[in-house]
Amino acid sequence: MSDATKAPAASGRAATKKALPEHLKSYKHVWVFVEQERGQAHPVSWELLGAGRVLADKLGVDLAAVVVGAKNEQTQNVVHEAFCYGADLAYLVADDLLKDYRNESYTKALTDLVNAYKPEILLLGATTLGRDLAGSVATTLLTGLTADCTELDVDAEGSLAATRPTFGGSLLCTIFTLNYRPQMATVRPRVMPMPERVEKLVGRVIEHPLGLVEDDIVTKVLAFLPDRESSKSNLAFADVVVAGGLGLGSPENFQLIRQLASVLGAEYGCSRPLVQKGWVSSDRQIGQTGKTIRPKLYIAAGISGAIQHRVGVEGADYILAINTDKNAPIFDFAHLGVISDAVRLLPSLTEAFSKRLSPHQRDRLAS
Amino acid sequence: MHIVVCMKQVPDSAQIRVHPVTNTIMRQGVPTIINPYDLFAIEEALRLRDTFGGEVTVLTMGPPSAEDSLRKALSFGVDRAVLLTDRFFAGADTLATTYALATALRKIGAEFGPPDIVFTGKQTIDGDTAQVGPGVAKRLGLIQLTYVSRINSVDTDKRLIEVERRAEGGVQQLQSRLPCLITILEGVNEIRVGSLMDALKAARATLIKWSAQDAGVEDITKCGLRGSPTIVKKVFAPQPRAQKAELIELGDNPGDALIDALFQRQPKLEGELEKLARGY
Repeated sequence: MSDATKAPAASGRAATKKALPEHLKSYKHVWVFVEQERGQAHPVSWELLGAGRVLADKLGVDLAAVVVGAKNEQTQNVVHEAFCYGADLAYLVADDLLKDYRNESYTKALTDLVNAYKPEILLLGATTLGRDLAGSVATTLLTGLTADCTELDVDAEGSLAATRPTFGGSLLCTIFTLNYRPQMATVRPRVMPMPERVEKLVGRVIEHPLGLVEDDIVTKVLAFLPDRESSKSNLAFADVVVAGGLGLGSPENFQLIRQLASVLGAEYGCSRPLVQKGWVSSDRQIGQTGKTIRPKLYIAAGISGAIQHRVGVEGADYILAINTDKNAPIFDFAHLGVISDAVRLLPSLTEAFSKRLSPHQRDRLAS
Repeated sequence: MHIVVCMKQVPDSAQIRVHPVTNTIMRQGVPTIINPYDLFAIEEALRLRDTFGGEVTVLTMGPPSAEDSLRKALSFGVDRAVLLTDRFFAGADTLATTYALATALRKIGAEFGPPDIVFTGKQTIDGDTAQVGPGVAKRLGLIQLTYVSRINSVDTDKRLIEVERRAEGGVQQLQSRLPCLITILEGVNEIRVGSLMDALKAARATLIKWSAQDAGVEDITKCGLRGSPTIVKKVFAPQPRAQKAELIELGDNPGDALIDALFQRQPKLEGELEKLARGY
């Protein structure tokens, strides 16, 4: 993707749009790479099928799901789900060598599919897997790739307009890949709305061989250690999130955030400085370099609301902010604000919630 | 062992301001730093060198002022710093950047020995793409190991490496072969304070500065803006929310007062929260 630092220079060239070279005119249809790890589809794939549907309808083309995985029932299930989330057809590379994600084998599978069936747009989730794969595939194909997009559209001429935050969310830029195909983009999870699942039969599936044997793949997966349930942060998908920032004053006070989250059945998180100080582990960080959340209620305690934090929480339906500084930027985008020391307010809030929501919650507080 | 770290000098994003009228980044007075994610790559490279011996080279593409960051890297104890700087590189997107870096890495290999490992940070804080590492790996035909949280072992005789890689929902333990390119996850180590000797050496060191031609670039049209398939058409500031937060005062019983205020404004939340608290 283009570095926005060079944006002003680029705008001059953008005006000189050339006709698409002849050999690229056969590239048609919108593809969504359906990410799955060990038979478990990543929800961003369904979000992308929703976004891809809009693009495909505007362009008057098909929406295809691309599924790459082991040759088993789980992979077939993922194909079925893709139809339920709106795919018109699916491309499938099923081979037991693809049981685990490996860059080499997945890059070959996806690159071969693109070369054989020529999509005009190829979307992937901006996850660790999606970003690992998209960079390799785009470089192999020598085409443009716009990373970590938050908005997708097609312009009047049918080109993909991919918008992404840059400089930590201080700016947004809209990026085009005009004279190369496919136009590739990775899209941030939890930004596009989740489409409704409608039960459907499996439609047209085009299978393609992988064409590799195990000896062709250098990297071996020795083990996959799933995250422990207890330590797994479910921040990105939580309905209620409570987070703390530097305003808590000390690592011990972060306990107040955990207690409130526990009473609410919420997930807890923090702003970046707390991770940098080592008070909280990095998987709890919310914001530009951490998690993007979309809860129904977000409670930010002692968080000033720098732009890096803001971009991660703007998708929340309702934001309640507690901060001592009435000029803190968090009050520019929160809905409800209290000018108060979070350390003093949180215990009272936690107690009041625990009384109201369900009395037995008090036991948990005591433990 | 020869380890090369690709790093970038970036504006300190915490101090960036956007001009309200022109929507451009106001760079005046914004300090530049080594991309924070790259510090983990530099430290990991130095640790491997301390264990296995050899040399660490840092490579950056950027304006002449990127020399500051290279000297900083030298002060941590890096052995050699290469600055790839040329007006032809300006305006590069990730694809054009990987072309230039891969070309320079080949030249580094020819001059100072082929790298056993190329490190990059996970991503930069200005571009945030996380794509330059994979692109460089692909262009050089290196095995790519991204989001590495731990290097478990390196066998320099058998040319094998074992790492842990952060995946969605878990950690992959991978075995692969040298040479490889590793993008390292943040937080896996802490950059050292360089020795006084290194600081002195860094101040005096002669940096290696290469133009596109010096680095061996054969096709200048693959560099910079001309070599970039992506085009930035529009840059704009995020829309501010029209309304600021409604600020409320809480009396003697602040917890209850706040909950009342919340449920008054968002009546649906009461039921939702009750459900959630019960189900937990």
